[in-house]
Amino acid sequence: MAKFGVLDYGVYVPRRRMARRAIFDAVGWAQGGLRAYAKGERAFAAWDEDAITMGVEAARSALKSAASAPHTLAFASTTAPFLDRQNAGVIAAALDLRSALRSMDIGGSQRAGLSAILSACEAPARSTLVVAAEKRPVKSASVLEMMSGDAGAAMLFGEGEPVAEFITAHSTTVDFVDHFRTEASGADYSYEERWVRDAGFLPIVADTIRALLQRARVEAGDVARLAAAAPSVAALRALAEATGIRADAAANQFLDTIGHAGAAHPMLAFAGALDVAAKGDLILILAFGQGCDAALFRAAGAGRKNEMARAIAGGAREENYAKFLAASGRLDIDWGMRAERDNRTAQTVAFNKSRDIYGFVGGVCSACDTPQFPRSRRCVNPSCAALDTQKDYRFADQRGVIKTFTEDHLAFTREPPLLYGNISFAGGGNVFMEMADFAPGEAAVGAAVEMRFRIKDVDTARGFHRYFWKAAPAEGAAHG
Amino acid sequence: MAEGIRDKVAIIGMGCTRFGERWDASPEDLVTEAFEEAVADAGINRSELEAGWFGVFYDEQNVGKSAYPLSQYLRLPNIPVTRVENLCATGTEALRGAVYAVAAGACDIAMAMGCEKLKDTGFAGLPERTKGTFEDLYQPNFTPPGAFAQLAAAYAAKHRLAITDLKRAMAHVSWKSHENGALNPKAHLRKRLTIEQILEAPTVAYPLGVFDCCGVSDGAACAIVARPEIARALGRDRLVTVKAMQLAPSNGVEMGHQSWDGTYTLTTRKAAARAYKEAGVSDPRADISLTEVHDCFSITELVLMEDLGLSDEGAAARDILDGRYDAAGAIPCQIDGGLKCFGHPIGASGLRMTYEIYNQLLGRAGERQLANPKFGLAHNLGGIPNRNVAAISIFGVKS
Repeated sequence: MAKFGVLDYGVYVPRRRMARRAIFDAVGWAQGGLRAYAKGERAFAAWDEDAITMGVEAARSALKSAASAPHTLAFASTTAPFLDRQNAGVIAAALDLRSALRSMDIGGSQRAGLSAILSACEAPARSTLVVAAEKRPVKSASVLEMMSGDAGAAMLFGEGEPVAEFITAHSTTVDFVDHFRTEASGADYSYEERWVRDAGFLPIVADTIRALLQRARVEAGDVARLAAAAPSVAALRALAEATGIRADAAANQFLDTIGHAGAAHPMLAFAGALDVAAKGDLILILAFGQGCDAALFRAAGAGRKNEMARAIAGGAREENYAKFLAASGRLDIDWGMRAERDNRTAQTVAFNKSRDIYGFVGGVCSACDTPQFPRSRRCVNPSCAALDTQKDYRFADQRGVIKTFTEDHLAFTREPPLLYGNISFAGGGNVFMEMADFAPGEAAVGAAVEMRFRIKDVDTARGFHRYFWKAAPAEGAAHG
Repeated sequence: MAEGIRDKVAIIGMGCTRFGERWDASPEDLVTEAFEEAVADAGINRSELEAGWFGVFYDEQNVGKSAYPLSQYLRLPNIPVTRVENLCATGTEALRGAVYAVAAGACDIAMAMGCEKLKDTGFAGLPERTKGTFEDLYQPNFTPPGAFAQLAAAYAAKHRLAITDLKRAMAHVSWKSHENGALNPKAHLRKRLTIEQILEAPTVAYPLGVFDCCGVSDGAACAIVARPEIARALGRDRLVTVKAMQLAPSNGVEMGHQSWDGTYTLTTRKAAARAYKEAGVSDPRADISLTEVHDCFSITELVLMEDLGLSDEGAAARDILDGRYDAAGAIPCQIDGGLKCFGHPIGASGLRMTYEIYNQLLGRAGERQLANPKFGLAHNLGGIPNRNVAAISIFGVKS
């Protein structure tokens, strides 16, 4: 019988990391009690990142060596940017997946990511790409502002040679309101932490774990890794104690480096567990939110990726609280007249050019092999100019170098200066495009770049935004 | 091979407004000001005009679409007038329309008018605009300084120049234009600057500072052209004729093909080769006495000196610092102050350049007059380095 489980996985952590101490320095005058949380860093999305873009980046990493396209794409988030327009569809377009795809958005609870995984595990004959990401809305001077984090994770489930084989799962549903968020509340409204831990998290999760382990006939002490999104490190420690899981199995859930990434967090922790798992290690993944989902996997111990370390590396520490606020739109800056530009999207064109824009698919001339973007009727090569010879050519996964650039202080962007320039692609082709994630002074002619899916423009008049790709410093290339 | 338009058309009259922040002047005022100077200079009657071309770029923020504003302002007797727009080459395109009409024999006397009222847009620099329904989806939200600044980064890297050394040559470009503009009563910016002031100005788009950028102004300029026989019949003995007018728009190569390295303007090179041929200029360094080039930014002027064949590749910075393009140099550039001091009311700029060359060739440039100019070259570059429209006109005297 074919084995079923996690075939591959990927994570994405935004480059920007806010020093929690700097948050406290800015808001501690109002909430002195936050001093207790003023340790470590939390990842935060740039203005042009959201749950979709972070999900896309995680998915790209998960699909890097995939043999075939998934049958289903499930996107889990409580902060998906579109309420009605399938967010998974945008991700599928960015991944340039074929249209014969089942896709769905799952939300409404921080369990959403694991719920999607459990659905995938119930249909083992079909491969499912589960993507989870959050850009968490928070209020200034709140515990959540300190402790939450933005990130994305993706896992490909299917039959084959899994890095972790699915064993079994158990779920409970309890309408315990530790926090909630509505359109009216904007950010999470959280209830008292001690009550949440003692009357909600611990009993609900512990019961679910016991039931799961009983079903799997596994002793708690045999669980090698607990991959969980807990309200705090202390709550996790208490959970381990209550269930008999070894304390070291519950260590390092990335709360000090990324923060609590909502529905994506159990998958981040799972990825972290897979990174270090030995053959046969039992990994218990759990998600809490109006009940609990829990699942047990057995690691194959092969195909270790070091994925979390890769994603966490290269962070840019931010200590400017105003910039942190501006990134999430919480600081209403007068950006001047250039910000008044009407960014209404011609959906007719956006649909016709969907593969160009979302998939970053250009053309390669079959007569002269010149890659080009956008794809056009006549080849751009001046010594060719052949008509209708172009075949699909995806630029998204190509690396390039900066041919020209500027840091533009006049152009409107929510994080000035605006960086853009001509990118010369390794396989051929030149694209004039915006850049992302370069620190001021970091860009240079000849610097290596890779593509990132990002928000291109925000249409403030209509609440819409559109996406395109931006050139970011290539991973592994020397910064500066 | 077509024979071209050399000496087939003479400029018989020109007018140019004072450029600047003309807060109290309407487009109608500017057009009238330029026109009245031009018809008086030509010594013709308004009713003798047979056709007109009207260059306007930002129509919605200026005079609206179509050419009828020109017809209306001047109460023209319903002669054919056409609005043209081709980015920053718009003014030159208006002139090309009039010149071609006369050269074709379609009419004896025609007019080109360019006008732009940038200071009604409310922007410092050029206003934001859409790039079209498809390109808005992926093109960077560039500004003109940011787009042209790209030349500097690439040029410095290619020619192994420290950016500080390149900046010094760029500063000389602006310094020289301000020296020239200070002498021109029609220029917008008439203040002299020191190299240090230029180098220490705040950055607009790396590595361009404020003084690497041209001004933003209102203005209009007008040319009246006719067949040389008509000019003679009007009593002109010294005729300024059109030697060449060439236009080269990008075809997407710079934007999408790796053959372009980002350090030069490809279209200028193409247009220059054709213009020199049409004008019969075999050695531009010897024959071209002055240039009015598209110095929207200092770095643009620097690379243009190479694109026009006036400096060797990689040598423009040295030539500029050597004073070759200064007022007293071998081939003065922007003797009127250029876009740098006139600003760039887009529809008018090409005609403003032509106005200076016309007056220089007629010996009427006052304090700025050069000794015995032979050929004058006007150059516009509309768009951005990786996609643009280059227009080159060469003017001379037909004895």
